[in-house]
Amino acid sequence: MSKINARIPEGPLAQKWTNYKDHQKLVNPSNKRKLDVIIVGTGLAGASAAASLGEMGFNVKSFTIQDSPRRAHSIAAQGGINAAKNYPNDGDSVFRLFYDTIKGGDYRAREANVHRLAEVSNDIIDQCVAQGVPFAREYGGLLDNRSFGGAQVSRTFYAKGQTGQQLLLGAYQALMRQVNLGTVKLHTRTELVEIVIVDGKARGIISRDLVTGELQRHFGHAVILATGGYGNTFFLSTNAMGSNGSAVIKAYEKGAMFANPCYAQIHPTCIPVHGENQSKLTLMSESLRNDGRIWVPKKKEDAEAIRLGKMKPTQIAEDDRDYYLERRYPAFGNLVPRDVASRAAKERCDAGYGVGATGLAVYLDFKSSIERLGQKTIEARYGNLFQMYNKIVDENPYETPMMIYPAIHYTMGGIWVDYELQTNIPGLFVAGEANFSDHGANRLGASALMQGLADGYFVLPYTIQNYLADHIAVKRMTTNEPEFAEAENAVKARFEKLMSIKGKRSVDSFHKELGLVMWDFVGMARNKAGLQNAIEKIAAIKKEFWTNVRIPGNTTGMNIELEKASRLADFIVIGDLMARDALNREESCGGHFREEYQTPEGEALRQDDKFAYVGCWEYKGNDVEPELHKEELVYESVSMVQRNYK
Amino acid sequence: MENTINITLKVWRQNGPKEKGRFETYKLANVSTDSSFLEMLDMINEQLVNENKEPVAFDHDCREGICGMCSLYINGRPHGPDDDVTTCQLHMRKFKDGQTITIEPWRSAAFPVIKDLIVDRRAFDKIIAAGGYVSVNTGGVPDANAIAIPKVDADEAMDSASCIGCGACVAACKNGSAMLFVSAKVSHLALLPQGRVEGARRAKAMVAKMDELGFGNCTNTGACEVECPKNISLSNIARLNREFLSAKLQD
Repeated sequence: MSKINARIPEGPLAQKWTNYKDHQKLVNPSNKRKLDVIIVGTGLAGASAAASLGEMGFNVKSFTIQDSPRRAHSIAAQGGINAAKNYPNDGDSVFRLFYDTIKGGDYRAREANVHRLAEVSNDIIDQCVAQGVPFAREYGGLLDNRSFGGAQVSRTFYAKGQTGQQLLLGAYQALMRQVNLGTVKLHTRTELVEIVIVDGKARGIISRDLVTGELQRHFGHAVILATGGYGNTFFLSTNAMGSNGSAVIKAYEKGAMFANPCYAQIHPTCIPVHGENQSKLTLMSESLRNDGRIWVPKKKEDAEAIRLGKMKPTQIAEDDRDYYLERRYPAFGNLVPRDVASRAAKERCDAGYGVGATGLAVYLDFKSSIERLGQKTIEARYGNLFQMYNKIVDENPYETPMMIYPAIHYTMGGIWVDYELQTNIPGLFVAGEANFSDHGANRLGASALMQGLADGYFVLPYTIQNYLADHIAVKRMTTNEPEFAEAENAVKARFEKLMSIKGKRSVDSFHKELGLVMWDFVGMARNKAGLQNAIEKIAAIKKEFWTNVRIPGNTTGMNIELEKASRLADFIVIGDLMARDALNREESCGGHFREEYQTPEGEALRQDDKFAYVGCWEYKGNDVEPELHKEELVYESVSMVQRNYK
Repeated sequence: MENTINITLKVWRQNGPKEKGRFETYKLANVSTDSSFLEMLDMINEQLVNENKEPVAFDHDCREGICGMCSLYINGRPHGPDDDVTTCQLHMRKFKDGQTITIEPWRSAAFPVIKDLIVDRRAFDKIIAAGGYVSVNTGGVPDANAIAIPKVDADEAMDSASCIGCGACVAACKNGSAMLFVSAKVSHLALLPQGRVEGARRAKAMVAKMDELGFGNCTNTGACEVECPKNISLSNIARLNREFLSAKLQD
């Protein structure tokens, strides 16, 4: 049998999830407390899963690399969370949210998963309100909605520009309630460094205490990874500094398939790069595109004058501005999906119309909205974002347009999971950004929060029971079993190897080098020669890293350079996988743009007859080419058409 | 167009909670004034690693002012010499060429130093665990629009809920009090009907946990509000006092 079986329930699309829940196996309350579940990561997916499973009575062990679960990077999501409530009465429905998500993902997501996501979206909003999440409200006291890219309805719930923060605090508080009740044991400043497989099933992890350096063994009847995305492969991204892909690489190296690694989202509205000591890029929420208009000068000489500092954007007459998104996509205008907006910005800058000192920036202008609505309204909607921009760039966006440029933001690819969010390793589940399943080749705005919470609150609590029901007779292991010892020894050997290199170059110097290769060849526009070149360059970086990295200190106690080195070694593996997957996928879809495959107007051109599949990569050993497996994507309820936002 | 400055840093180094700490002095040249403060620390660390010395350990993560991970006492002020920002949002344009910058960890009995500039803030999580939530389980809740909440209340709750749990309020307070942090959470939930139900129990449990963990008393100096990067208002403390008193009166 193929290693890939999505195990999608029978029945019509809209009935699948209901049918599944009606017939799945359950675990009775007295057995739940005998079952241990390890959950790695405390972002929206991890914290909501840990809280929910703890409430149900499972014995949960929760892990985070930060000092508190509340720091996970979900906290930085700004704009909002989608749901099909149709409160504004503007024509929304579960089907429409499902359809927009499939279309937005450029027909590369799994239909059944996406429909389930749309179905549970409404429950998420109810849950969060019950927890006390202070969503924005109308004067009548009911919830307010706003619009986001890729949709013609207003279905996005929000809490100022801090929606991720408020949702995460809701999940975090629910989690801390369970910690207090004793159902969840929390391990902070603790990093997963290996997954333990016993008789082909995931049965535990090896963790490293980041304060003492000590390795620890943990048993679980099942293991859930909710460790986020791998955007930091690019060094510069909107991800937090600590966001990493190491947990998913441990899973991959143990045999879990890595699906669609090349699908990375470039967010169109980030603050441009200022110089070579830049450490990360800051996102300006997509919600700004509700009221901001994106433009560059129509005349090249104006753009050049601006780059040289001889002219200000406010001096460019209305007729000399090119609102290129409104020009190219009149139906969606400034609210086209992220991939489309990002490529359009790159196209203008490459053509010589870019602004800012580097020429790698476009304007996001609020002048007409301020004239129409008044500065007070704009301040109420985006005040914290404007303040953030002002602190970073030292310019007042109420007076002069913001400068923005695309940056790596989110990775749609991740560990392959079936309908139950289980990987091809039994007992190993992956949730949130770390899995691949719901966003296809491009994620719509305000859908990441929806997916993370859907997986944690409403999907895993059901599907993991279906697995655990067959394991109620499995006794807790002592962690003295040979499989645990072996896994710990492998980790020890790896850390000792890293420490023994004693080379000349810092971890960051390698990471920056990798990031540039990724951005230049595996970034917004890719082509065959460039990707082949990238694979060679990444191999060279890998070789030099493992012979010339310098890590001061030792393996005991806190060693931040060692942490970074270990994560970078995994980013190098991911970078190679991304390039290989991008090379294999000879089409353009969503965030994956191959220059060879585009329409005469420069839009992404899919090759549905050849590539309507999930590319699943199987690990075959260090420095051995991975093997590609395919999960064919079958669309029963939608027909695949070229995305049109005109 | 880029301006650069040369600076001297006096940085607190401490190997562990029980070890003795000391200041070390580093010189750093050609720092772009467009760099963030933490990017400047990255430069120092790159320099140290290249000299095969251990880099300075400091907490940081999102670098956009929301995760609450970064801390640092910079020239005597939590989060440094700019208003309404976290350390990661502080930029080098706030410093002058030739300036000496002193960097210390949060100093508070309830936040012991782990290493260098990193402190242990888990006491905050313990206070939340004691009652900083609405006791609802996943599922079985009413429709989100079932209860209308006046916009002014929702907005005020949102302002209180903006706290990022960085601990600057404790670090700024001469008594090491956590009242601003605790009151922000109590207010957030007390202002909403969902949280009202267990308001009395919450206020008592969180205050009791705060006292137990060694935070000092509030003497209304207002230093916490001044240094809070998220502008959490002192009025939250007034509300907590009211909540706490009325809860005690019910006993």
